[in-house]
Amino acid sequence: MSETEILQLLESVHDPEIPSLTIEDLGVLRSARVSGDTVEVVITPTYSGCPAMDVIEADIKKCLTSNGFGNVLVTTRLAPAWTTEWLTEKGREILKKSGIAPPSRCGNVNFPENRIIECPMCDSKSVELLSQFGTTACKALYRCQTCLEPFDYFKCH
Amino acid sequence: MNKHFQYVLRMGDNALILGQRMSEWCGHSPFLEEDIAMANCALDHVGRARMLLTHAGTLEDKRRTEDDLAFLRDEREFFNFLICELPIGDYAFTLMRQYLVDAYHFHLYSRLQTSSDGVLAAIAAKAIKETTYHVRRSGDWIIKLGDGSDESHRRMQDALDEVWGYTGELFAADEVDDFASSKGIGPDPHALRLDWERDVFDKLRAATLRIPEEIWPISGGRQGVHTEAMGALLAEMQFLQRSYPGLNW
Ligand SMILES: [Zn+2]
Repeated sequence: MSETEILQLLESVHDPEIPSLTIEDLGVLRSARVSGDTVEVVITPTYSGCPAMDVIEADIKKCLTSNGFGNVLVTTRLAPAWTTEWLTEKGREILKKSGIAPPSRCGNVNFPENRIIECPMCDSKSVELLSQFGTTACKALYRCQTCLEPFDYFKCH
Repeated sequence: MNKHFQYVLRMGDNALILGQRMSEWCGHSPFLEEDIAMANCALDHVGRARMLLTHAGTLEDKRRTEDDLAFLRDEREFFNFLICELPIGDYAFTLMRQYLVDAYHFHLYSRLQTSSDGVLAAIAAKAIKETTYHVRRSGDWIIKLGDGSDESHRRMQDALDEVWGYTGELFAADEVDDFASSKGIGPDPHALRLDWERDVFDKLRAATLRIPEEIWPISGGRQGVHTEAMGALLAEMQFLQRSYPGLNW
């Protein structure tokens, strides 16, 4: 089986915290390699303490063993570090549809005030920060000043 | 002891012990958003500790895992800075300690991104982004509460006076730090101190807080000599693995 075919199989593995996203959309899936009945899948963790990573690893193993692989090895690669730039275009759209504002493309954690964050509900750019830390480690909590809805913002990392 | 191992282990211990302290606020912080923020930051520290302790384990002959190092060492075998283990106190004390350590971590992890130890550099590349968020948050609280009401100002000043003597240890170089900086593994603690002081003094002044006089630094953590608070912290953190060795979720 080729790497492409393995990656296709892994499209059924989702992020347990944002289940509408696949691990491919999230950008944590780096590569897959087969030798004999062993397959090695390389992932890069999103955040240091992200509890989802253990679940993702278990789900990758479950997916591939149920597709006939006797031996599934999941390797964690730290460098280069994962960044929100690795979210796919499809991933960004899915986030927005789920009511989560996708990360600003500036890719810089240092200048939040320069970011243009849009309300995922009404696209208004008039938003205010409620809390730098939201429902999970990867999100901040904002409120739209136009439609008044609070929403999660996927932070730049 | 192997100095490279020792250097990484100390950093892992700082992250683990501070993360453990911060997590004590989970469910008890003054209001909901702050509770979530504190728990999130605690998670970053514990996550970082996992990576650092795993890496440390690969640098010694005993090949201990992250769990062996976290749960099966005794007090005298932990080498964190004393400031990380101090009890949480009131929220002013928690935030003051947090800011002073976050500011230290900010400069430490900035520099570690170019460490000659590739794994450490990779961990730092991740940690610096998280720490940028941490120090922004804790620094904002220093200003809001320091330059706040009479009571919040008094509490922040008390916290600063109480914790200040523990900050000297952050920059006290010994043979392990000298080894690390000579090999390009870690930064020179003196240069780190200058950057830290510049940030911290500016922030404290902006918060209308009085910077305490130079006082005798309280140290010992890096020699494994801890405050009386450490034993109770470890008893709670290690209880499960000590009572039921090898227990899994
Ligand atoms: Zn809106």
